[in-house]
Amino acid sequence: MPKVIENVGCPYCGCSCDDVRVTVSDDGKKVLEVENVCAIGTEIFKHGSSDHRIRKPRLRQPDGSMKDITYEEAIEWTAQHLYKAKKPLMYGFGSTNCEGQAAAARVMETAGGMLDNCATICHGPSFLAIFDNGYPTCTLGEVKNRADVIVYWGSNPAHAHPRHMSRYSIFPRGFFTGKGQKKRTVIVVDPRYTDTANVADIHLRVKQGHDYELFDAFRMVVNGHADDLPDVVADVPKEQILEVAEIMANARFGTTFFGMGLTHSDGRNHNIDIAISLTRDLNKVAKWTIMAMRGHYNIAGPGVVWSWTFGFPYCLDLTKKNYAHMNPGETSSVDMAMRDEVDMFINIGTDAGAHFPIPAVQHLKKHPWVTIDPSINMASEISDLHIPVCICGVDVGGVVYRMDNVPIQFRQVIDPQGLLDDETLLNKIADRLDELNAQGA
Amino acid sequence: MSELIIKNGYVFDPISGIKGDKADIAIKDGKIVDKVSAKAKSIDANGKTVMAGGVDIHTHVVGPKVNLGREMRPEDKLFRGSVRGGIVKQGKRMEMGFSIPSTWKTGYSYARLGYTYVNEAAMPPLMAPHVHEEIRDTPIIDISAMPVFGNNWFCLEYLKNKEIENNAAYIAWLLKATYGVGIKCVNPGGTEAWAWGENCVNIHDPVPYFDITPAEIIKGLIESNEYLGLPHSLHLHGNNLGNPGNYTDTLDTLKLAEGYKAKNKFGRTQVIHNTHLQFHSYKGNSWGTFGSAAKEVMDYVNKADNITIDLGCVTLDETTTMTADGPFEHHLQSLNHLKWANCDVELETGSGIVPFVYDKDSAVVGIQWATGLELGLYAKDMMRVFITTDHPNAGPFTRYPRIIKWLMSNKARLATLDSMKGKAKVIAATDLASMDRELNLYEIAMMTRAGPARALGMSNMYGSLAAGADANIAIYDLDAKKLPTDPELIEEAFSKTAYTIKEGVIVVQGGEIVAEPPNHTVWTKVTMPENTQVMRDIKEKFTKSYTVNLENYAVFDDHVYRPRAIEVDVA
Repeated sequence: MPKVIENVGCPYCGCSCDDVRVTVSDDGKKVLEVENVCAIGTEIFKHGSSDHRIRKPRLRQPDGSMKDITYEEAIEWTAQHLYKAKKPLMYGFGSTNCEGQAAAARVMETAGGMLDNCATICHGPSFLAIFDNGYPTCTLGEVKNRADVIVYWGSNPAHAHPRHMSRYSIFPRGFFTGKGQKKRTVIVVDPRYTDTANVADIHLRVKQGHDYELFDAFRMVVNGHADDLPDVVADVPKEQILEVAEIMANARFGTTFFGMGLTHSDGRNHNIDIAISLTRDLNKVAKWTIMAMRGHYNIAGPGVVWSWTFGFPYCLDLTKKNYAHMNPGETSSVDMAMRDEVDMFINIGTDAGAHFPIPAVQHLKKHPWVTIDPSINMASEISDLHIPVCICGVDVGGVVYRMDNVPIQFRQVIDPQGLLDDETLLNKIADRLDELNAQGA
Repeated sequence: MSELIIKNGYVFDPISGIKGDKADIAIKDGKIVDKVSAKAKSIDANGKTVMAGGVDIHTHVVGPKVNLGREMRPEDKLFRGSVRGGIVKQGKRMEMGFSIPSTWKTGYSYARLGYTYVNEAAMPPLMAPHVHEEIRDTPIIDISAMPVFGNNWFCLEYLKNKEIENNAAYIAWLLKATYGVGIKCVNPGGTEAWAWGENCVNIHDPVPYFDITPAEIIKGLIESNEYLGLPHSLHLHGNNLGNPGNYTDTLDTLKLAEGYKAKNKFGRTQVIHNTHLQFHSYKGNSWGTFGSAAKEVMDYVNKADNITIDLGCVTLDETTTMTADGPFEHHLQSLNHLKWANCDVELETGSGIVPFVYDKDSAVVGIQWATGLELGLYAKDMMRVFITTDHPNAGPFTRYPRIIKWLMSNKARLATLDSMKGKAKVIAATDLASMDRELNLYEIAMMTRAGPARALGMSNMYGSLAAGADANIAIYDLDAKKLPTDPELIEEAFSKTAYTIKEGVIVVQGGEIVAEPPNHTVWTKVTMPENTQVMRDIKEKFTKSYTVNLENYAVFDDHVYRPRAIEVDVA
């Protein structure tokens, strides 16, 4: 008899939906059906029981081919290379649970290396702004139950976070928002007419790369300097700016969701900084919150776990072993790779091969490269060692942090069939490193 | 079967009434016992002070807002004393941060001060799995956490309808769901109001939509707590924190306890624990006329034996304020204009974080500093008055030795007062300069272990050297019969124990971490008949309003680490 598992967490985007229904085969090894989930989430669950999955570590041979090895051999290989390396880098964690991220912290503290997560190439600028200006935010349920004004700025949930608008923001009927979309005003700020802009009440077609100016214009209006505004700011006419500022200032509860359109266009962290400042201004006259549209289901996780472990969310330099250091630009993965500073690379739960600039990958490729990931991807195919692991939310459960930093407890739905999870694998590597360090001391 | 005996120390144990006499303390299998065999390992405590392991009744060390504070303040890690001075790692993991230390530093630092059990003062129920992840990564010290109830929609609705039994059943369910220990209430109603950008500034200020007053919430939570007979009382952070003239609101709040009597099997006597009282004891009607109301407030507390308090002393450091009192933090950022984090939590609570510099040359800060110490010095029953800094709000817990120094030495107080630029204003607005009371070690033992343990309903396990208690012991390098005349040496002795023993294991020796036995998660397990009405209400709220499914809300058993349940049966 196939078995139905309910309340399953989805390991795709930062929505971290926890209402998925998965039907699995009698032997608990196959995913048969997936419900309540977007198209992308469905594929991740289906992939869990795909015949194409790699189930054994593979080590590159002198002739360039990959040969299956045991987990024990893979752990030994990784530990020995970490022990020898002077400045190894472990990077990734978009798709691992928090238990794995905590174990990774232990590995890199023991090895004395660099530790970084995908924020370094997505919401790192948001961290920089938060360091300077704070983060007045809320949980997604507050938006659902209270928000009458929603702003999506530089983010396109219709494609990147498929259920965001229906579960949390525009469409749901919450406690104080019983009329759902009818009583909410939705404002989208984007240079493109996106599918999200298509459902907005107002679309501000900001000039590409000029978001900061538009924020500044809103701040001027909110602070009483509307008269000094020019006729057009960042391609948006003054009347429209005044209209939207009026809506914002009269909100009962407003939320701004921002994405890569702000963190990776001109201005970067300054865009987020002024977005936070605008939120602070608006809190003098209304109630406003702001939230980063974190990309993956647990990419908020490493920032959370490493903050309690080391006090810094990303770009960690642990090479001194006695204390941690963080200085994005100096200790950020891409910058170090571009300068060819690291002498071993561990890609975990992401695909640096696809996401990093080609010169960075070329430098990293000169040194031992390990990929720890359930899937075949560009990183795994150029690795010296590929260690397959469980997919969080499919073969293993664990705690993950949703984009609003709410912890969601994920479930295991199928038998891992001999695959190790990230936490177990990393703790075995750390145990072996402890032995090597003790022998070396 | 491990045995240990601590010989010839000056023992201070208010639970068993030992007031500095020389005595031996015997330990077997992690518990205090009457005697051990001749094979027991012996520690010579001659010329040293022996107390039970410290108990912190109110601290913010694990959970989402603590951690957002760590995340948003990289500067808290920089240039802070020994951290950047090439400290050699003592424990298994590195130690980072000053006002909001990493979990490892938190555990090690408390152990070095001789503390072995701390109570996290605010757990947003929705975020409980986060709290438990951090407890897992905090070494040595046992931790409990109090879920917040004062702005919880279930409680607001039940209490508005005077449904104490239903409210109690919901509380029992939530304690199990979050592995929480007791009832915390922060700015009752005010944080819910803050979700609309408003506040409840006194106990009669109604909560928007819910149409209930803070006074009704407080009384309802007292009644629910005593209905259940929980080990701890209602743990209250009242309305109007931090503002000039708020002491009248504080007195109004405390008077709500009149007529209530503690009902429990744990030896607890209070029905309200009013936390960080310093922040609630101000006179004046502006920052210019700001002054201490410590005497007025303590005159009331001294008479009301169903109330306990902790001080919330200002330590004169740069620190990080954080509280579930969202509107207060918004108010604070409008005063100091530093960075501000806020997180409203659906149906339950909110929080805010603002860095703060307690500059001793500011007269207001000097007055706050004096107010906290006055509360301790005006106190009559030290079993009801506890030392805290509301860590990290008035300063980091690592400054407890400094608070102890100030309370024990008038000379130290006057020296600090003398170093303040606003000295004249501080003297005029407070009584501190004229108070020559100096607390003794027995009183300090009451304020830092025996008292808080009794108020938490756990004096059979913690804060005690009586047989049967956990063998949690602090040995300080302090000759109780010849206290140093230099007060700095008192601070020094309380900063680094000669030995800290946790459940019979020596964890600190000579001020350094030497072992890291696993800690416990302490929680309250209430057994009572299922309440179908409440279960129906819970299902409804999760279907309609929460964004997390009910089945994923309660902390999974395997996400709670080494739990230790205190059992309560409600017939």
